[in-house]
Amino acid sequence: MAKSSFHGTKINPSKFHWSQMKFYLFLIPLAIFMALPIVYILFHAFKPIDELFAFPPRFFVEKPTMQNFSDLFSASSETGVPMARYLFNSIITTVVVMLFTVLISTMAGYALSKKKFRSKKYIFEINTVALMFVPAAVGIPRYLLIENVGLIDSFFVHIFPLLAMPIGLFLVKQFIDQIPNELLEAARLDGANDYYIFLKIIVPLVKPAIATIAILSFQLVWNNIETSTLYVNDEGLKTFAFYMSTLASQVEGNTVAGQGMAAAAALIMFLPNLIIFIFLQRQVMNTMAHSGIK
Amino acid sequence: MIKKRTRNHDSSTWVFLSPYIILFTLFIVVPFLAAIVLSFTYFNAIEFPSFIGFSNYIGLLTQDEVFMQYVLPNTLTFALIVGPGGYILSFILAWTLAQISKGPRTVLALIIYSPSMTAGIAMSVVWTIIFSGDETGYLNSLLITFGMIFEPIQFLQSPEYLMTIMIVVTLWGSMGVGFLAMLSGVLNIDSEIYEAGYIDGIRNRFQEIIYITIPSMRPQMLFGAVMAVVGTFQAGAIGVALSGSNPTPQYAGQLMVNHLEDYGFIRYEMGYAAAVSVILLLVVYLFSKVAWKLFGDKEEA
Repeated sequence: MAKSSFHGTKINPSKFHWSQMKFYLFLIPLAIFMALPIVYILFHAFKPIDELFAFPPRFFVEKPTMQNFSDLFSASSETGVPMARYLFNSIITTVVVMLFTVLISTMAGYALSKKKFRSKKYIFEINTVALMFVPAAVGIPRYLLIENVGLIDSFFVHIFPLLAMPIGLFLVKQFIDQIPNELLEAARLDGANDYYIFLKIIVPLVKPAIATIAILSFQLVWNNIETSTLYVNDEGLKTFAFYMSTLASQVEGNTVAGQGMAAAAALIMFLPNLIIFIFLQRQVMNTMAHSGIK
Repeated sequence: MIKKRTRNHDSSTWVFLSPYIILFTLFIVVPFLAAIVLSFTYFNAIEFPSFIGFSNYIGLLTQDEVFMQYVLPNTLTFALIVGPGGYILSFILAWTLAQISKGPRTVLALIIYSPSMTAGIAMSVVWTIIFSGDETGYLNSLLITFGMIFEPIQFLQSPEYLMTIMIVVTLWGSMGVGFLAMLSGVLNIDSEIYEAGYIDGIRNRFQEIIYITIPSMRPQMLFGAVMAVVGTFQAGAIGVALSGSNPTPQYAGQLMVNHLEDYGFIRYEMGYAAAVSVILLLVVYLFSKVAWKLFGDKEEA
């Protein structure tokens, strides 16, 4: 059939055409609605005190100031723990969890994808079922378990429970499936052992999946409040997300002082998410192409 | 020589696999099994659990008025709107985004995806200010300016509004991983399949979606559906975060996750709370099964 007679959808068009206008008319208002709360946070964080409580409330900031941020950084919780301590805890736990989640998932993904052993199919199936796992649903037994292994009030409680991420293993395994076995066989014939193959062949080839796991795990740990609320009593070991949630609850009933600080904190919570995603979005989309459950 | 190599293989397999398996078992499988066991006991976190058979389940289904009157209907309303609603919305958005060119698509997709990065609770500060109960609340102020209301409404404390707000906020943040998967699913369909479809008599875009797009990206549709189900039931904490109390005002926003926290961490009736969690996991599983039925690989099932 001649190409000219085909006039159906052109998915992924290469340039703008007026026929796409209808899609923009749908997407742009929706995107504005989605972005409003985030833009709002951005303005709110830079508002001086008189604008924060102006009546009627204004959306845009007129005289932006860094006051809220300096308030936030010099602030400390009711128990005297400085804000920087929470931020420090968050950064350390986030980096450690990301590194190890990536390593552990990629290793397991390699074994499940390229190794032959009997229980392999079952392990992957159990993991797929665990995609549906809702951690909040088993909060109590998890608490008892964490208590029994002695993790309560230790720094590691922020780390260990978050490392096994079923969706991470799932994505990386699907991705490694795309790597042809012949490539690994060739390396093996050249005398490479498994660890060499993993580090020098698998890891470089699955970078997109690694980036994706890193983002997902980042979101999980950076935004995590449960750990600090449930498993940590020592105020000095709690995280920034937790501190920020206490600021949010102070806004309740409109306690004046907290609002600007809470907005500044929300911005600090949000920005790393956005920046990391912007940098890695191409890799993420690449991984998602293989995300299907078959 | 060959024998030695295979043994080498075997040992390395478990070196690669065991860190994940150990952590997975410890923090996912064991709590899950423990929840099942505990749900058949009376356990107040101080004394050793005592076996009481099905009493927790019977009590939950026959005597827990709050559960039957509020929690279960709330959970189902919330789940049925947010789950399928968010799912359909993310497909429509993914499909529409695929119809425009790359530059604008990347920007718009980023904007639409970004709310899901913020995790409902971290953003509750925004929502508490927007929906604040006096006239400095943005929504109240806006409605008063336009003359739609005269007195500010206590949005987050009034049972009539809380559930609606929870649904809107959750939908707002639900264009996450599932949405991205579907977007790349639509984009990766081979254009020749479309051409073939038109030769076979497909006449318009709607038929195209039903007969070509969705069947071609069924694996991504299923992945997206599972993510939608999980996301929906995970979002339970939002009501408590918005209203600032558990139980939520007049149980208006009480979902199963809140109910089990109420019993587990506030009343210390851990056996009973475990029964709630088993029911919750069953509900999640049933919802996912439906998704599997719809999009799963028919030959293998």
